[in-house]
Amino acid sequence: MLPETPAQTAGPYVHIGTFPYAAGLTIGWNARLHELVRDKEPGEHIEINGMIYDGGNAPVTDAMIELWQADTNGGFHRSSFPGWGRAVSDFTTGEWTFRTVRPGPVLRRDGSVMAPHIMLAIFARGVNGHLSTLMYFPDDPDANSRDPILSALEPARRVTLVAKRQPNAEIHSYRFDIFLQGDSETVFFNI
Amino acid sequence: MTLELLEGHPVHRLASRYYDRDLRIQPVRHDPLYASTLLRSPTHPPLAVGETIADLSGPVFGHLKPGPLDNDLIGNFASGGLALGERIIIHGTVQDQNGRPVPETLIEIWQANAGGRYRHVRDGYLAPLDPNFSGCGRCLTDRDGRYTFKTIRPGPYPFKNGGCAWRPSHIHFSVFGATFTQRLVTQAYFEGDPLIPLCPIANTIKDPRALRTLVATLDMSAAIEFDALAYRFDIVLRGRHATFFENRTEGV
Repeated sequence: MLPETPAQTAGPYVHIGTFPYAAGLTIGWNARLHELVRDKEPGEHIEINGMIYDGGNAPVTDAMIELWQADTNGGFHRSSFPGWGRAVSDFTTGEWTFRTVRPGPVLRRDGSVMAPHIMLAIFARGVNGHLSTLMYFPDDPDANSRDPILSALEPARRVTLVAKRQPNAEIHSYRFDIFLQGDSETVFFNI
Repeated sequence: MTLELLEGHPVHRLASRYYDRDLRIQPVRHDPLYASTLLRSPTHPPLAVGETIADLSGPVFGHLKPGPLDNDLIGNFASGGLALGERIIIHGTVQDQNGRPVPETLIEIWQANAGGRYRHVRDGYLAPLDPNFSGCGRCLTDRDGRYTFKTIRPGPYPFKNGGCAWRPSHIHFSVFGATFTQRLVTQAYFEGDPLIPLCPIANTIKDPRALRTLVATLDMSAAIEFDALAYRFDIVLRGRHATFFENRTEGV
């Protein structure tokens, strides 16, 4: 078996290659990588935003965040829905945003059901190898309690993976702040 | 399924289809020598949870059809002139740990120019921007997992780390693989660069053999006469357990 190529930090200029618009470039990807849905996309449209905080409680303002999720029916690549997107923490405030659909529950090989959730991967300076976490929804308590990953965590750690509803008249909106260290350190997975 | 303890609780863990990441060859997360890690490294170790949605699938980019200059960083930002610096080819293969090529996977690269300056709104290093160089490129691997970029050898540059810290010449690589489990972001260094052993970031990888796999080697067989030198950088992504090759239930 060959050894895997090791990771290195994406560095502070990760945007040049992955989100060139944010770096000030007009080549490659367009500016809307964080929007996975157009108006007619089936399913419940949602918005997710949040911040990433470092161990000193300062917002991380140079991260690139990737999203990976199932479609509204819990499937992958069954329609034009990409399931994948990218966002950038605002260079001043650190705020990031995605627009997507609420994913459906996903079946595993053994028949167990994963509650609707979204995977997020963080790439940034000082992060040696991306950090992967899973965001669950606060309005699915029954599904969450049966989720094989979420239910295995200590309650105090489990809450770090559940987003909060926030008022928004136009779209169902969720807040998911990520803490790299400290008392409310987010659970990260070896994925 | 195996019964394991996760944070003190017995759980039925459904094994990942992929080999677990060998953390011994990966960079350490918290490294006093690389100051930026101090407040950005989680204190809990990453939890291994077996099969997740990252195992089941991943983004596909076969439809992307990169433009003819997307992998030519000398040409893709040229505005009436040529990029300055040492012209090079960097090429190689993407395969998994079982030696199987990874075809049609997206590779993205970014890098500084020949003077060590990034074309990024937040880079204010003394060296000037090159009007003909962006440092941004991408391509899909071919059906044998091969890729190639034409570019300029990036210059070294200093960075804030407390003291006199310099980055060796390096190119950032982002690779997707077939599922999100294989996702990799890393950096390629250049054979013979005396700054590699001094670099706090390169040396977050404590296993010298693992660090050597990030060093691109001079490859005169791929050099272009009177045009460009060539370097070879091969990439290995996580491999799948053999028992799952016969299992056709990809996705669900």
